[in-house]
Amino acid sequence: MKTSSKTLEVEMVALARSRLTVAASLSIAMIAIYFGFMGLFAFAKPVLGRMLATGLSLCILLGPLVIISSFLLCLVYVYWANNIFDRNVKSMLGQA
Amino acid sequence: MQAQSSNISIAFFFAFMALTLVITYWAAKRTKTTETFFAAGGEITAWQNGWALAGDFLSAAALLGIAGIVTSNGFDGMVYSIGWLVGWPIILFLIVEPLRNVGKFTFADVVAYRLSQKPVRSAAAIGTLAVISFYLIAQMVATGALIKLLFGIPYSWSVIIVGTAMLIYVLFGGMLATTWVQVVKAALLMAGGAILTILVLAQFQMNPLRLFAAAAERYGDNVLQPGSRVVTGQWDAISLGLGLMFGTAAMPHILMRVYTVRDVKAARLSILYATGLIGAFHLMVFVIGFGAMVIVGPQAVLKAGGGGNMAAPLLAQAVGGNAFFGFICAVAFATMLAVVAGLTLSGVATLCHDLWTNVIRAGKATESEQLKVARAATIIIAVVAVVLGILFEGQNVAFMAGLAFSVACAANFPSLVLAISWKRFTTQGAVASILVGTIGSIVLICLSPTIQVDVLGKALADIAGAWWFVPLKNPAIVAMPVSFGVAIAVSFATAEIDADGTFREMQRRILLGSSGPAGAGTTQRKKG
Repeated sequence: MKTSSKTLEVEMVALARSRLTVAASLSIAMIAIYFGFMGLFAFAKPVLGRMLATGLSLCILLGPLVIISSFLLCLVYVYWANNIFDRNVKSMLGQA
Repeated sequence: MQAQSSNISIAFFFAFMALTLVITYWAAKRTKTTETFFAAGGEITAWQNGWALAGDFLSAAALLGIAGIVTSNGFDGMVYSIGWLVGWPIILFLIVEPLRNVGKFTFADVVAYRLSQKPVRSAAAIGTLAVISFYLIAQMVATGALIKLLFGIPYSWSVIIVGTAMLIYVLFGGMLATTWVQVVKAALLMAGGAILTILVLAQFQMNPLRLFAAAAERYGDNVLQPGSRVVTGQWDAISLGLGLMFGTAAMPHILMRVYTVRDVKAARLSILYATGLIGAFHLMVFVIGFGAMVIVGPQAVLKAGGGGNMAAPLLAQAVGGNAFFGFICAVAFATMLAVVAGLTLSGVATLCHDLWTNVIRAGKATESEQLKVARAATIIIAVVAVVLGILFEGQNVAFMAGLAFSVACAANFPSLVLAISWKRFTTQGAVASILVGTIGSIVLICLSPTIQVDVLGKALADIAGAWWFVPLKNPAIVAMPVSFGVAIAVSFATAEIDADGTFREMQRRILLGSSGPAGAGTTQRKKG
């Protein structure tokens, strides 16, 4: 009993760590994307204002891309959490 | 113009009211416990909750306000659109699981879990009520002015109508009715936005770039480029971004919705759906704003009054006629109503669940007593909102929405994140951080041009040299690090053995939920 609860403990820590790694990486990616964009908006307006084609400036390209990437990062996390992570939690509990 | 279409708007308005009152009647019969009143009994599906989250979050400012900013300034309106979206992934990655697996109705459940209940919940209630009051006042005043503009109903009556409707939804139908009001509103808003976008793009071969090119041809390339009229100052832009991102991630009425679904899987999915819906909506509003710029013209929008808010309705009239104008006005109304209902409900949860049940009654209140208190709190908040809404008529309260995000970012977010992740976090640290974040945001904004120039009407040159002057219009960039710093410093200066001991229990619960295996720490420890 004692050993099984100990392995459970070890697995639980590993699982918690895997969640933290994924969640933290995705959060950092989101923060980097957003503050990268806001940094350009605040400190490098001419760069963002560069015209790429008629009717298209760099900011009109990047703005929607920030919105789309937010959704894609969410999609990655939910796919990972609802499939891989939850399955690992379940299999750990099955062992216990 | 308004007289012609007001019959159509009023017909749409009555249809919406009739539908939501039927929903409330249906929900009222099922609302018998606090579990249903505050969390709809956990019966909402992920898909429904995704729409309800979008409904809760998309205020009239998201459609009318941003469209107006884009119409008169071009690209800069999108800075707000993006800021209102990027907090959602943060909620999903960092907040959802702890909140759902540890808490019951409010975010204070999580902050207070390992710490001393009474002081932490009292402080969290101050932070939450500050956020809700500022946001609610901003919404009520905007709503009164907009309904006056759209329907020609006098300001005070508009505020009273909105206050009464939200009172009925929350008082009788609780979270169940509020959720469905949000879903209906979000569906109307998305449909209205999509139809308007398609009607605009139809005039430009369905190619947004042709629309932008037409705008640039008429008003110059600078409408497609970042300017400095909407967001002034470099660090102010970063500060605004911080407030929007982390404020969204700690908005009490949003966080409360993670409890309305069955499990954490559904909670994650609902955030994903909400992010998709809100993102798509903001992209449509960008097209709508440029559509109004090219088809209606910034001058005509300005002349219609309401500080640019008429851009989307006037565009609707230009591309879809009076019936569509009426529809968009009714959608805007439904939007405002749903947002204030959601805010009210989260204020009620704080007053009843945090303050009454857990602070005053130390967790020993019966179900029927809690429901009575919840309903009394609903009436109090509705009356206060209506009275303040009427008192502030014509006042410049737009800053209060920004202030609400700053307080959420500086008071709620640091304590929530530290409570989840940091073992050394103590009761004193949490209380100090929440109070410093709340008061700091308010003081900073009072000393900034937002209040001194925009509200009090002083000349910037006169006050810029004063020793107390704060040049930032958005306080988050100062208030949030200070709040984190205070939390960490005070926690190191104090010690809480009990809280250290329950950290592992909380981590298990975050991982496994309350239904973990025996010995995995499923019982919530009560502390006086």
